Parts: sequence; structure tokens; C-alpha cells
Amino acid sequence: MKSILKATVAAAAMVVAGSAANAADVKACFVYVGPVGDFGWTYQHDQGRLAVEEKFGDKVETAYLESVPEGPDAERAIERFAREGCNIIFTTSFGYMNPTIKVAKKFPDVKFEHATGYKSADNVATYNSKFHEGRYIIGQIAAKQSKSGVAGYIASFPIPEVIAGINAFLLGAQSVNPDFKLKVVWVNTWFDPGKEADAAKALIDQGADIITQHTDSTAPLQVAQERGVHGFGQASDMINFAKDAQYTAIIDDWAPYYIHRVQDMLDGKWETGSSWDGLAEGHVVMAPYTNLPDDVVKMAQETEAKIKGGWEPFTGPITKQDGSVAAEDGVRLDDGAILGMNWYVQGVDDKLPQ
Amino acid sequence: MFEAVLLTVITAATPIMIAAIGELVVERSGVLNLGVEGMMIMGAVIGFAVANQTGSGSLGVVAAILAGMGMSALFGFLVLILVTNQVATGLALTILGIGFSGLIGEAFIGVPGLKLPELFIPGLSEIPFIGPVFFQQDAIVYLGFALVAAVAYVLFRTRLGLVLRAVGDNHGSAHALGYSVIRVRFAAILFGGACAGLAGAYMSLAYTPQWVENMTAGRGWIALALVVFSSWLPLRVVVGAYLFGAVSVLNLHAQAVEILDIPSQFLSSLPYLATIVVLVLISANRRLTLVNTPACLGKPFVPDR
Amino acid sequence: MRIELVKRKEHSQLMALLSPLIAVGLTALAAGIIFAVTGHNPFVGLYKFFIEPLTQQWSLEATIEKATPLILIGCGLAVCYLSNNWNIGAEGQFVVGALFGSFLPVLFPSFENAATLPLMLIFGAIGGALWALIPAILKTRFNTNEILTSLMLVYVASLILDYLVRGPWRDPDGYNFPESRIFSDAATLPDVFGGLMSLATPITLIVAVVLAIVLAKTLKGFEIRVMGESPRAGGFAGFSSKRLTIFAFALAGALAGLAGTMEVSGGLNQLLPVISPGYGFTAIIVAFLGRLNPIGIIVAGFVLALSYIGGEGVQSAMGVSNKIASVIQGLLLFFVLACDTLILYRIRMVSRRAPSGEASHV
Repeated sequence: MKSILKATVAAAAMVVAGSAANAADVKACFVYVGPVGDFGWTYQHDQGRLAVEEKFGDKVETAYLESVPEGPDAERAIERFAREGCNIIFTTSFGYMNPTIKVAKKFPDVKFEHATGYKSADNVATYNSKFHEGRYIIGQIAAKQSKSGVAGYIASFPIPEVIAGINAFLLGAQSVNPDFKLKVVWVNTWFDPGKEADAAKALIDQGADIITQHTDSTAPLQVAQERGVHGFGQASDMINFAKDAQYTAIIDDWAPYYIHRVQDMLDGKWETGSSWDGLAEGHVVMAPYTNLPDDVVKMAQETEAKIKGGWEPFTGPITKQDGSVAAEDGVRLDDGAILGMNWYVQGVDDKLPQ
Repeated sequence: MFEAVLLTVITAATPIMIAAIGELVVERSGVLNLGVEGMMIMGAVIGFAVANQTGSGSLGVVAAILAGMGMSALFGFLVLILVTNQVATGLALTILGIGFSGLIGEAFIGVPGLKLPELFIPGLSEIPFIGPVFFQQDAIVYLGFALVAAVAYVLFRTRLGLVLRAVGDNHGSAHALGYSVIRVRFAAILFGGACAGLAGAYMSLAYTPQWVENMTAGRGWIALALVVFSSWLPLRVVVGAYLFGAVSVLNLHAQAVEILDIPSQFLSSLPYLATIVVLVLISANRRLTLVNTPACLGKPFVPDR
Repeated sequence: MRIELVKRKEHSQLMALLSPLIAVGLTALAAGIIFAVTGHNPFVGLYKFFIEPLTQQWSLEATIEKATPLILIGCGLAVCYLSNNWNIGAEGQFVVGALFGSFLPVLFPSFENAATLPLMLIFGAIGGALWALIPAILKTRFNTNEILTSLMLVYVASLILDYLVRGPWRDPDGYNFPESRIFSDAATLPDVFGGLMSLATPITLIVAVVLAIVLAKTLKGFEIRVMGESPRAGGFAGFSSKRLTIFAFALAGALAGLAGTMEVSGGLNQLLPVISPGYGFTAIIVAFLGRLNPIGIIVAGFVLALSYIGGEGVQSAMGVSNKIASVIQGLLLFFVLACDTLILYRIRMVSRRAPSGEASHV
């Protein structure tokens, strides 16, 4: 017992000495809501962190905390990083918004970056990606490829981002086939492979021959593979799980943003702001188009190019589910309307949970 | 359509049924092991890892069973030999299992798994409707039914079953009659661990053939509920597992056809509410419950007390 | 050779003190091995895990903050477990309590005066108690197993919270995001002792001490213990096991509900789809580690909270995954539970040929 104590004290001395010795210029810290091994949302953020490490080498030190539940633990985790000398802290879940703002008030010299929220401050920037751009493209592919004219959508929770994704998918599909049908199933979880698989099976049994998802696991694609229907990867390229079933995947690539912001820190140029970028900036990336005929690949690539050129999928005419007009012909929805979306476009075969 | 739904229900019901039948035996011997989730997740990760490394699904299943047994042996050592509190030890087992499985599984994230093949029983599998539902499943589904039948038979038709129930109902008398209470309980706990491991293997090798952290997502707890739901009768475990599977699958179907206009949270809570209602209905029949509830459930046994 | 337990004639006072220390020592040893095997410096790891959180004011505060709800819920659960009522649904009681406690600031935000906070706390306790009474009444009326009903109700409670926060109780100015409005100052639990801790901590300590006295010195305490150890004997003494079941569940629910309200009012300041990182389940472990004694529960709650804070420390400083922290936590629990055996039993090595082997149960 005694020797353990002695060694521990010695270790403590090492810790203090150690931290002084290899002081990096910037310490970038990440708070994750899931395990880095979810192969979905958190996995992609961690890939971004690793890209930062690779790019800057010794100049930048990184640290992360995974599976931090939203709630009181989040505030503590963020505060820990602020106290441990992190210069910039990325908080990667919507539920971290208020804790981030709270801690940021206490540590005005530390920079904070909150993903997917809407509250900012002098030292809190927000960032998100235009995932709906990718969803428009896969909607088009779905309408081209579907024989039954029905797609199934496994949805997590009715927050604006998910609703915008459903709408963008259907708008894309309707641009190819105006009568295209979309069935939505809410599973009320971000992550439960078994339940997601069951939902995929239910949708296929109801006639959907294209499956897409706004949940994090690869299970729905595996079901598609098994049942001989098709689908799209979510967050990561999931082609290894569904060689014949995946048409493409909407990949979240956080690396460009993280590298850009850490570079700003190194240059002393960091400023608050709100970043919301998509295909054009490489924050949303389409995985290689596979299992598709050439004309469909060509269509997808053209749409991709059009969006990269500045075209917004939420450009009128857009009719809401209740028949009212959301956007006149040629008018594009403003960012606020997309970020706070709480209505379906016409044609969604579901009633929006309220 | 009905056939397809039934097929989905079978996959949803199988893991909870297998884990529950194991826990039923454990509880019949008078021990409450709340660590089912931890044993199951260890089975899932070890099963996946071994199948992945060896390329053999069967070896994966065997390894998963052994992993479940290893976890349960740890539990057995603590609660039987060191007489620790069963509730707390079971909860600790779950924490340990979730952490340990995540650690082991780090190397297997994003690796596609191999799926256990479906066994087509010649002749029978070609019968319309009945064939695909009953005779084209993977081996674990059949194994699950065999386990339930075996447990039902052993528990009520053999001397071994009689001893097991005696130990669970009155360990004092069983001990006085010369049976080793600890040995019987340890065997029951190992059986429970084996079943939980098998259920885990079903998750990572058949249900969703992949490894991801926390992939059992609370199914171990559902299995625990099923045991009480069944009032400790094996055949009712099947009924309960299929009822539970059906309610959760039908919830998804109901959404897809838009026949219900109620909050999805309500639909998601249906299986739990249904379990409570059935529990109340069963337990209101006092005679029946008292006959089947192991009287010594959760009570420690020390012979020289 | 085999190991045999021999019951001590009386509790070993020495072991009662030593056993937690032995357990922590064994955990440290095991944790050191795990750190070494996974390629980390075991001494740095151990220091970060067990000692560093105690050396800084903020981490000490964080530990106390984390321990507070665990202790409060654990105290209520101890009364349940002492009286043989297996309530494992404190998580749900915590959530429903928080909902009851929050309806004032969420639905009547302009109701701001000195009565706001006390009313919230009272409603929170009532809400938790009502939710706990469901399994209690099902048990006393229909003989339904309370372990399962209380557990099932946890899921139902979380779904109700989820529904309210995404639906009717959503912040009208929150862009449809799932969160309630932020509570007004009058509905916020204040910090005390110069910002050192939230008011929740002194309230919790008072509850624990009062409960310790009630359990040790009063007739009610006697009733709880007698009914737990021997319901038949209690029956002869005129105690009603049904009334006690109702009492124990209501008390545990009220304390869990109070903890829930204090958590949303003090820590979160609003309702979110998830408000508890599993406090209700962790508190079960705290209750047993504290040997179902309120004072022991205070210590146990602190130790468990320390293991969380320390676990985060090793993650952030050494890049150790949080799975290692959870493995170490599991091991700590195992060792504490196992070492507690030493208080009640002596371990004796028996050789196979010894005649006394007859009494062995291995």
C-alpha cells in the first residue's frame, strides 16, 4: 500500500513536469455524446479530431470525452476541459447548447464551438452541415430506381434537422416522379440496431423498395442487402455492410471545418460566427455512386454539381402538407426557415408528431 | 404480409426469449441475477470477435456461450461463495460487461460481420406460409425453442428439476435433505450465463450482424421482465417474448400504414404498459403466483447459519 | 484445500473499517494492471483516477454535486430495501418528480415570487411519491412483483418526459428544438456557502442525518427493520406490512422526486429530453455500498461520484477510453461487495481431509 502511495506521488510529479514539457500551441478538445465506436455521428466527429492531429502534429494537442450524457454531466465535462487548458472546445451535440453557453460565460478566454445549436456568444461559435443537400440527391436516386414508387424513411426524433431531411428527400424524389410516396417510421432513438432493423423490415413489408434512415447504425442497410432492396449510408460510407444494396452515402466530414478552425486559433484569427456549409465546402460528401445505371449516376452528379454551384434544394415551388404555399416558384427558403422547419411538404405519407 | 410480420416478430422475440429462459432457471434456483444485460453484451462481442477471427459462425456462438458463462461464474462466486447482495452484484455485472465489451470491441467497429446461415429443413420448408416461418430459420431460433422445451421438461418432469425447485423454494430443507444448495445454484447461474451469451450471439451474428457498443440496447432488462411476466413457467416465456416482439414490431407497422394518429412515444411505451397490465392480471390470481414464485428468490444461503 | 466461510459471532468492527480500504486497494491494483496492459502509465492513471479530483477545488465541488442526487435517492431506496420492498424504479420517480416540480416555471413562467421554489420542491416530492405509489399499490392490492413494475415505469416516465419536452412543453422561442423554456431566477435553486455548492447538498445531508436518526432511534425505524428481517415477527408486533410498503415506496419516491426537481432547477435550469444520466440506477448501488445506512450512503455516494469524475480525468488527460473507467467502476463495486463479506464472516482454509469439511458448502 505504502509503495503504491509513494509511486503515485512520484507519478503526480511526473504529470506536472510532463505537461510543462510538451506544451502544444493549441489544445483542441472534443465532447462527444456517443461512443467513438458508434460508426455514425460520434465516429465521424472523432475522425475529424484525428485529422486535426495528423495535420498539425506536435503543434496541436487534442483530447476527448465520449458518451457524455446531455444534462448535468455535459456542463461538468465542458468545464473540465476549460480548466485543463483547452483553448478551443468543440461540443458536438444539440443538447450541449446551454451548458456550453454557461461555461463559456465563466471562461471568456477559451473558445467554444457548438454543433447544431442556435445560441452563440463572443467566444461561442456554432457550426452545422447542410445534410439536406445530400438528401435531395438520394431522393432523386430513389425515385429513379424504385419500382414500387414507395420509399421508407427511418426517422429518429422530430427535430427540425430530421424534418428538413425528410422534406429534402421527398422534394428530390418528386422532381423525378411527382407521385412518389414516402412512408416515415419514428423509432424514437438515435441508435438501436435491433429496432432500426425491425423498422426497415416493416417498411419493406409495407411495399417500400428503397430504405433510407436518419438514425446511426448500419442495421437498416444490412436488412436492405438481405431482402434485395436498396438504401443509402448515413454519416459514414457503409458500403462494407451492404455491397449490393448501397447506392451512395451521405458522409459527414467534419475534418475541413475542424482543421480550418484550429488553424484560425494558431494564427490568432479565431472569431465567433455561425458556419452552415454543405457539399460545396466538402462538409457533406457523397460516397461513390454504386449499383446504379450510368444515367442515374450522371443525374446525381449533375445535381451535386448544381448544388455545389450554389443552388438550394429548398427552392420553390414548395407546397406544405396542408396545401398552403411555403415558397413561391423560384423563391428560396431562408436559412432560418430551414433550420427551424416544423412542417412536411405535400406528399409525405405521415402526420408530423407534435 | 402476415407471414412477413411474423418473420420479423420471430427475430425480435428470439434473443429476449433465450435470455429469459436462462434467467428463469436461475430464479427457480432462488437466485436473482440482474446482470443479464452485461452477460448478453459480452456474448455479443465475443461471439462477433471469434466468428470474425476464425470465419466460423458456430465457433462464435460457442465462444459467446462461454463468455456468458464466464461472466456468470464471476457473479456466482460473489453471491454464492462470498454471499454478496444479489441485486447490487447483478447491477455491477452489467456495468462491468458494458465497459469490458466496449473495450474488446474497439477493434471490430465498422467491420462487417458474418450472418449465421438459415437452415432449410428439407421438404417442410417448402410448405407455403408454414415453411418459411417455421422451417427456414437460423440454428439459434431452433435452439431457442429446444431450450424452452428442455427446460420445461427438466423442471417439471425430472428429479433434477425437482431438486432445483426445492432449492429455490426452501433452501434450508433442501440442504437438510443432503443436496448441495450452492452447487445446484452455481449450475443454474452458469446455465443462465450460457443462455444470455447465446442471446448476445444472436444479436451480433443473426439479428444485426455487426458489432457496435451497447448493441443489446436494454434487451437484457426486458428478459428479466419476461421471467416475472411468465410467472416462472417456461412455456409462458415464449408467449411473453412473442407478445413483446409483436407489440414492438406492430408499432412500427402501424406507423408505416398510418392507421394510428397518436404520439409515437405512446406507442413506444406500449410494450412496458402491456407488461405491467399482464403482470397485474397474472399476479391478481394469488394461488397461481404463490405456487410458482420461488420462495427463496434473492435470499442468500449460508449452510452453517 | 478449499475456502470456507465461518460466520463471526459478532460484526467485526475492525473489518467494517478495513474492508472498504482493502476494496479500494484491490481496485487500484486491478486498475493499475488494466492501465499497464492497455499501454498507459499505471501510476499516472491511478493518480488521475483516485487522487487528482480531491486536490482541486472545482473537481471537489463537481464530485459533491454529482454525489448529491445519488445520496438523496439512495437514502430513500435504503428504507425500501430495509423493509424488503424492491423498488428499482427510482429513475422513473426522479423523472416524474422533475416533471411535477417543473410545471410551475414551464407553464406559468410569470409566477415569480418567494413561494415559487418551495412549491416546486413540494410538487416534485409529491410527483415522485405518486409515481412510486403505483408499484406499491399494485403490490399490496394485487401482489404484483414490484421489481418489474417499478422498472417498467422507468421507461414510461422517460417517454412521458420525451413527449412533453418535444410537444406541449416545448420552449415557444426555441425553434422547435426539444427543450423547455429556461427557468426564471425565482425558480432556480440558489448556491450557498459563497457558491461552493448548490442548496441541494445541505438539504440532502439534512435528510440523510434525519433518516439515520429515525432508523436508529424511533419506533418507525424499528418497524422498518423488523418487517425487513422477519415480517411474521413484525405481524405479531402489530405492524402492517402493506402500510409499510406504501410508506417506504412513497418516501423513496418523494426523495427521488425531490432530487429530480433540484437537478432540473439547480443544474439544468430547464427540462431536456433526458435529464438523468442514470442516477436512479446508480443510487441502487450507492444504497448497497452504504450498507443501507444513511451515513454510509453519504460516503458511498461520494466514492461513486469520485469514480465518475476520476474516470473523466483519465479520459481527458490520457486518452483512455471511457470503457476503462466503466470497467474500473464495475471492479470497484465487486471488490467492495466481496470485502464486505469479511465483516460478517471469517475465511478459513480447510484441507480436504479435515473432518470439519462436512459443514462446507462449496
